[in-house]
Amino acid sequence: MSNNINLQTSDEFIVEQESHDYEVRATDSVCINDSHLHHKWYYNFKYLAVGIIFGIVFLKAEIISWFRIQEMFRLQSFHMYGVIGSAVMVGLVSVLLIKKFKIKTIYGEEIEFHDKTFNKGQIYGGLLFGLGWAITGACPGPLFAQIGSGATVIIVSLLSAIAGTWVYGYLRERLPH
Amino acid sequence: MDYIDYIKNPWPWYVAGPLIGLTVPALLILGNKTFGISSSLRHICAMCLPAKIPFFTYDWKKEIWNLFFVFGILIGGIVAITILKNPDPILINPDLAIELAKYGVNDFHGLVPVQLFSWESLFTLKGLIMIVVGGFTVGFGTRYAGGCTSGHAIMGLSTLQWPSLVATCCFMVGGFIMANLILPYVLSL
Repeated sequence: MSNNINLQTSDEFIVEQESHDYEVRATDSVCINDSHLHHKWYYNFKYLAVGIIFGIVFLKAEIISWFRIQEMFRLQSFHMYGVIGSAVMVGLVSVLLIKKFKIKTIYGEEIEFHDKTFNKGQIYGGLLFGLGWAITGACPGPLFAQIGSGATVIIVSLLSAIAGTWVYGYLRERLPH
Repeated sequence: MDYIDYIKNPWPWYVAGPLIGLTVPALLILGNKTFGISSSLRHICAMCLPAKIPFFTYDWKKEIWNLFFVFGILIGGIVAITILKNPDPILINPDLAIELAKYGVNDFHGLVPVQLFSWESLFTLKGLIMIVVGGFTVGFGTRYAGGCTSGHAIMGLSTLQWPSLVATCCFMVGGFIMANLILPYVLSL
């Protein structure tokens, strides 16, 4: 790195650094932070509130129940199909309305959508995740809710899932995509 | 008090599904956040052990909202199990009950079968596979696929992303294979 960066170019450097950072974060991720606003950390409490409601729904609708997941993969109950299907329908209509009426965020920012590009990871990784989902009865969200519901041993599942994520990051360059 | 009793009963799919669907616009409108949960695992890696791996070398503080969100899910679990607890055992399909009884699983209290997921069972081969190998596969698979049920199935399908449809179909195929073809062997261990 050249050390004669003056004030102007160091600004450019920061912008470049930020866009590189964004690129890394956006890699293989549908979940990226699109806000360009810089808020204080306690602004994040509103997401905690959304999470709490979400966790309550998870438990009360028994979505995090191992038994419900087993029923789903044995076609013994409509419950999970109903939950996921109606969630997608409501999500779909909401996104259409946001796009049609150009609804902005509560801070007046334009809401952004990003297209997802296809890679073979969605097939290999998807199959692997499916195997894990049926065995643990949980996707990542329910792991957190199950721990909250008192199944403390699921902390080990969560740590294993974090380890799985880390190993993926480590092997990423060598895996087919 | 009838109202509280009503809330304590298990919620039907047509209440829970739309509420989950509403998370999509809620996060977008609150701050342009894209609904997704498995990313939180990646942020935890980036926060605790980036180990100079390019995939984890980014400013995780920008994604801290996601960690607030998943911590909220955990608290939601505590609230639901204490204040809004359903006192009855979970009603399950009789065919599933018969099948699970063959493997000695007959306690349907709680959302997670205590006979399979407990600290005691962690140190058995069956428990190790279900808790540790299962968890590892969830973490590895979701990141490899670029998202989980929330990011791909709900957010991805809501925004009509065809790669998310591919991923969702693969989740289901993997689940059917495990539940019907592999899990019986694991449960008989």
